[in-house]
Amino acid sequence: MTQAEQERRFLDKIDREIKIEPNDWMPDEYRQTLIRQISQHAHSEIVGMLPEGNWITRAPNLRRKAVLLAKVQDEAGHGLYLYSATETLGADREQLMDDMHTGKAKYSSIFNYPALTWADIGTIGWLVDGAAIMNQVALCRTSYGPYARAMVKICKEESFHQRQGYESLMKLCNGAPQQKAMAQDAMNRFWWPSLMMFGPSDAESTHSDQSIKWKIKRFTNDELRQSFVDATVSQAQILGLTIPDPNLKWNEDRGHYDFSEINWEEFWQVVKGNGPCNKERIAARLKAKEEGLWVREAANAFAKKRAMKKSA
Amino acid sequence: MSTTQWPLWEVFIRSKQGLNHKHVGSLRAPDATLALENARDVYTRRSEGISIWVVESANIHATDIDDADSFFEPSDTKIYRHPTFYEVPDGVKHM
Repeated sequence: MTQAEQERRFLDKIDREIKIEPNDWMPDEYRQTLIRQISQHAHSEIVGMLPEGNWITRAPNLRRKAVLLAKVQDEAGHGLYLYSATETLGADREQLMDDMHTGKAKYSSIFNYPALTWADIGTIGWLVDGAAIMNQVALCRTSYGPYARAMVKICKEESFHQRQGYESLMKLCNGAPQQKAMAQDAMNRFWWPSLMMFGPSDAESTHSDQSIKWKIKRFTNDELRQSFVDATVSQAQILGLTIPDPNLKWNEDRGHYDFSEINWEEFWQVVKGNGPCNKERIAARLKAKEEGLWVREAANAFAKKRAMKKSA
Repeated sequence: MSTTQWPLWEVFIRSKQGLNHKHVGSLRAPDATLALENARDVYTRRSEGISIWVVESANIHATDIDDADSFFEPSDTKIYRHPTFYEVPDGVKHM
């Protein structure tokens, strides 16, 4: 079959909503786009464990501690589903991780902000996981089979992440004035970085057009960001928290909330590695890789020894 | 950096008695024992299974996607293998 014929078949499958599977022919650019997007997503899950993991030993009670532990475990699992999906495309897992460590591959910029107080943990669950879910629900229908299947599983598991965060904030907001103030402070710091999670505006987004055509993405960054704002306003009202945006208001004509322009200068600074925690996060990942090396080697040596005993 | 990549395993889970093991994904592990334990931690955190199979991906043989049309063609042309191929009068019951 000629290249043109292969390409026609591929596009026909996309048109008819037939999923692309690992051994199917696909344009090289489709493959590379997926590897870039899925690995970035996987890195985000793994790096996302860091700000929260830091609070496991400081959770205010055993219930919150067990919940946080379960959430962080889920994120490790989600990272693994996604790395597996990249491997079905021929990517090398170790190489992808090295690409993150050298800064060649990115992860969600939100994790370059510190989690300073306990209220940040609730806020991360509510806003950060909420924004992630908005994006991931849309990706359940992405055109590449293994990615779509990973997303379905992740979305199912992640709905508890957002709810536990909201519940935790509800407790703080109904507690002492200091607790409420702590929740508001977390909201003030996390609101804008959460909106930045959807990526650059459609006008600036380099990969969007082709990704929409190939049905890798189903909605644009700005569409998803708008859905998130629309969904979150009433949730904030029920908590009694103020969204830190004086221009946030319902627009009857559009049927959506209007909101201020994002500080894109800050966004690009964080993406380029100059956020508050970029260096700390990469250092933690490198440390984990290097200090865990002997465990991986020992497991290999043990497997070899056992295999030899068996065959002897 | 390190070149200690563990082999890749495919994971199959039986969700309950009476159902088949079904492919759920893959993972890396140094041996079958750890592959099973990792599969438990990665794929059954919410009671998704009562039995797990792991198979080294290298041991899986698959049909060639490029030959799929000719490979499966023999069954596509035999529509008389389906009950709907046959005409039966309206009044006939239990058939």
